[in-house]
Order: sequence, then structure tokens, then C-alpha cells
Amino acid sequence: MGATVVEKIFSMKCHRDVSAGEVVMAPVDNAMIHDITGPLAIQKFYEMGGKRVHNPERITMLFDHQVPADSLEAAENQRYMRNFAKEQGIFNYDIREGVCHQVTMEMGKAAPGEIIIGADSHTCMYGAGGAFATGIGSTDMGFALKFGALYFRVPETIRVTANGVFKKRVGPKDLILSIAADIGADGATYQAIEFVGDTIEGMGMAGRMTCCNMAIEMGAKAGIVPPDNITWDYIRRMRNITPFPLKSDNDASFSEERMYDVTNLSPQVAEPHNVDLGVDVTKVAGKKIDQVFIGSCTNGRFEDFAEAAEVLGDRKFSDTTRVIIIPASRQEYLKTLRAGLIERFVMAGALVEAPCCGPCMGGAFGLLAPGEVSLSTSNRNFKGRQGSTEASVYLCSPATAAASGIYGEITDPREVE
Amino acid sequence: MRIWKFGDNVDTDAIMPGRYLSIYDPHELATHAFEGIRDEFALEVKPGDIIVAGKNFGCGSSREHAPIALKGAGITIIIAESFARIFYRNAVNVGLLPVVCHEAGSIVEGNSVMVDLTGGHLIVEGKTLPVAPIPEFLMKIVTSGGLVEYALGLEEVPVCTASHR
Repeated sequence: MGATVVEKIFSMKCHRDVSAGEVVMAPVDNAMIHDITGPLAIQKFYEMGGKRVHNPERITMLFDHQVPADSLEAAENQRYMRNFAKEQGIFNYDIREGVCHQVTMEMGKAAPGEIIIGADSHTCMYGAGGAFATGIGSTDMGFALKFGALYFRVPETIRVTANGVFKKRVGPKDLILSIAADIGADGATYQAIEFVGDTIEGMGMAGRMTCCNMAIEMGAKAGIVPPDNITWDYIRRMRNITPFPLKSDNDASFSEERMYDVTNLSPQVAEPHNVDLGVDVTKVAGKKIDQVFIGSCTNGRFEDFAEAAEVLGDRKFSDTTRVIIIPASRQEYLKTLRAGLIERFVMAGALVEAPCCGPCMGGAFGLLAPGEVSLSTSNRNFKGRQGSTEASVYLCSPATAAASGIYGEITDPREVE
Repeated sequence: MRIWKFGDNVDTDAIMPGRYLSIYDPHELATHAFEGIRDEFALEVKPGDIIVAGKNFGCGSSREHAPIALKGAGITIIIAESFARIFYRNAVNVGLLPVVCHEAGSIVEGNSVMVDLTGGHLIVEGKTLPVAPIPEFLMKIVTSGGLVEYALGLEEVPVCTASHR
């Protein structure tokens, strides 16, 4: 019996054949903490009797949820983490770089075959880089800070094969929303989702990140794209690693296999209040929206802003809709800026903020009042996610967000000339 | 003892809204549990009450503020048809007992519920409902009272690489 790519990663780490279902205490290549879950992880590290972290070079620390500090509590939490970083010799990106997941990828902290953990559920995004990456809570993180390892149950894998070429203004976000609608909010619980097929192979890193990022929205422990030339080219810009083959064997055992043909896929919109409520945009077109958010770890990269800008053209956003644009990182901000897109968004009436989680965090800024409707390129539309529990959040692609921002209502991007 | 019944897909944003995530005190967090979703919970919950839910309890964000708030409110047991992975592990780590019972849907508010973990079942109004066993490696953490208590006595851990070098 062959092995899945996830089983191979655990087998490499443990120097023996490891299969799905086994529980292993595996070493962790990198652990990411941010300003919301980090303080508690540090507190737990101390409560466990921790004095020195296992390896400061394998910890990624940064602040992105409440930056710059939006309250005294946030300021104190960030100071607590800064002090911990100094005490332990951990490099702290602080508020400088952007959203944790984008920065972790950009800094080369997640490479093919590695096991990465993050105290944030969207850590599964690093599977786009061929790593096994999973989100954990703060107490597990405290344990990993102390011991450099964590218990993992090696997950079964659902293999999703996507073939075909997207129609104009349809893309990775539409694909992953449609997959989430099929698999359901808990259809992949305790499992990994492996993305393969010529659609995935044809995607750049940005699209792959969008897909892997949302694996958690189906309950998955990890999302992963087996590394290919695109992956290796990306990671080798940051790290001197020799490429090696890493993919599932032909006779590997999958818990489920799903096939998608994206050729006739329409833009998708997830209706409130669950991510698995995706429908064709035509079903919700015309819905008035108060706010549009283009950004987040899911869709806050240059490619996403280019997609939005292509739809926007020289138009202005509607006077009745607030459009908030937030690049996911300083690097993505600079790319977008240098391409002239930031200027175009500002001219169109958007509010462009510095890299951070923004309204997706549901506590810092950009909150919704009761009864308001938001259309967002982020990953979650739970009740109260972006403010009032009486507000509604719809999820979509950057192209659909831009089209909708122009007209102040949910709009099929294919209808915009 | 009161049963608090919830439906499917209760997410951690519902248990603890994003605007309170710079708070870590269990009792202060407890005052905001299910705010805007079920406001009477924080006002009326008593130590020993039990949450009973449908599928995928605790889905979404990894915020440990959610299980900490429930523990701060006096909840020690959550029974659900299924749990989201991160929440399940977080609950065990902070000393809450997540009990998977596929028939949790048949429990209604007002029922009397007893948990018999050694027997592997619930007793609901005199009727026995089977529960899924807790994985062995997590049971050690459960019996320690949480991951901090489990880890306190450890100087190092048996990493899978070590015994196979």
C-alpha cells in the first residue's frame, strides 16, 4: 500500500513508515504565534514550568490582529510578547510585516516536507508550500514552545482533483467556495485535503494559498498541494533547499476522492452565516451591501488586487458602499503600490489600510452595525464575525467584491464590461 | 444542573466574539460567552451546567478564549454529536471534558444527564446513550486535569525521531 503526501511527511520526520490514524509526538519545524493567541501561549509555557523555549529560531512571532495597538489591553499584550521575544532571543516581526500566514510563507518559514504549527486556525494555508501545517490552540502552543514537539494524529486524506481552465473573472476563491459547499463545514474534520489536478498545477502560489487557507472551513486539519516547480521556485527564493520528490503514491489510500471541472464554474458567493453556503453569484445578485472588504490571509495578495483592479478599471466605487482594501503584507502592499493599483483604489474611493487582519478579526476596526451587510474576500461569514451578530457577511472572490463595490450591490463580475 | 442545548456548527466567534480576544481572565471572558447569540447564558449559567450540541461544535477560529470562557462560566462537560478538531483538543487541554455522543440530538433542555466515562455512556432520564471513547493519548491529559498539569512533570517528551535514530 502506498502513502499519501501527508503520511510521507510524518514518515520522513519519524524515520519510519507512519500511517493515517497513528498518534505521534513529532518535532515541529516552525511555530507561529501572533498578538491574540500568543500571550496565552506564553503564559501556558511558563505555567508548564518553561524557562527557555526549545529553539528560538523555530518560532515566528508577529502582530497582525490588533495593529497598531487599538486598546490598552492590546498594547499590554504586545508589550508582554515583545518582552518574551527579548528574553528568549526570538526574532519578532512585530507590527512591521503583516498578516501572520502571508508573512510566514514570505519569510520562507514553511518548506515542502516540514511540519509547521500556528496558534491560528488558518495555519493550514502553508500547505500551499508543500508543508504539513495545522492550526492549534494556545496551550498546545505553550507545550510546543517548551518541547519543540507536539502530539499529532496523522490524518486521513481527502483528495480533490481540479481540472480545466477558469473562465474570465472566475478563479481559486470560487473553486474553494464551491468545494466547501460540497464537502460541508465538517465534512473534512480530522482529515487533510490534498489539492491536485491541472487547474491547481496552473495556479500560482497565491491561488494555492487561497485554496489551502480555507481547508479549515471544512473542518480539515491541513490543506496541501504537493510541491512542484512553482513551489520550489518560491521557497528557493528564501531558502537554499535542494528539491526532492514529494507526492502521494498512485496506490495511496484516500478517505475520499472528489473531481472538479472548473471550465463552467460560475463566481461563487457564500451566504450568511456559514462558509459552506456557497451559491452561484447570479442567485444573490442585486443584494444591497454596506461594506466591501478586499484583503485577509485568504485574498490579500497582489494577484487578488490585480484581479479586483481589472474589474474596477477607471470606475469609482459606489457612494453607498464603503470599500476597505488591506494588503496581507508589506511585500504585497509594495507590489500593489508599485503597480499603481493602490492609487487606482484610492481614486475610486476605497479606504486602503496598512497590512493587518482588518474587519476579518471582528474586533479591531471595520465593524458592522446591526442590520448591515458586508461582502468580503475573507474566509468566514459566521454570525458576528465582522461585528454585530445582527449583521450579515457574504464571502466572495476579489473580482466579485470589486464588481459589487462599483454598484453597491452583489454583482456578477462577468457582467461588468 | 441545567442543560444548555445548542444546534449544529456553533463556531468559536459565537462562543467568544473577536472584540474580547485581548482578555484572558476566565471569569471576565465568561461574562461575554455567547454574547448576542444567547445572552441569557452568561447571566444564568451555574457551575455544573452542561452544554449539549449538535454537529461540529466549536468550529472556526482556534481561539482558546472560547473553551476558557465556558470553563470560567462553570461548565465542565460539553456533549455534542461531533466537535471541530481544534476546539476538541483545546477543551481537553484546558480541563473541559468534550463528550462525543451521536445521539446528543435526543437530549432536551430539562433532562437530567449523568456522564459515566468508565462505562462509556451517558444516562439521560434513566436511558443509556453510548459515547465515543476519548483517544488514549488525550485521556492522559484528561486525567491529569489539562495539558499544563500533564506537562508540569515532564522534562522532555518522547519525540518520534528519538527512538528510531
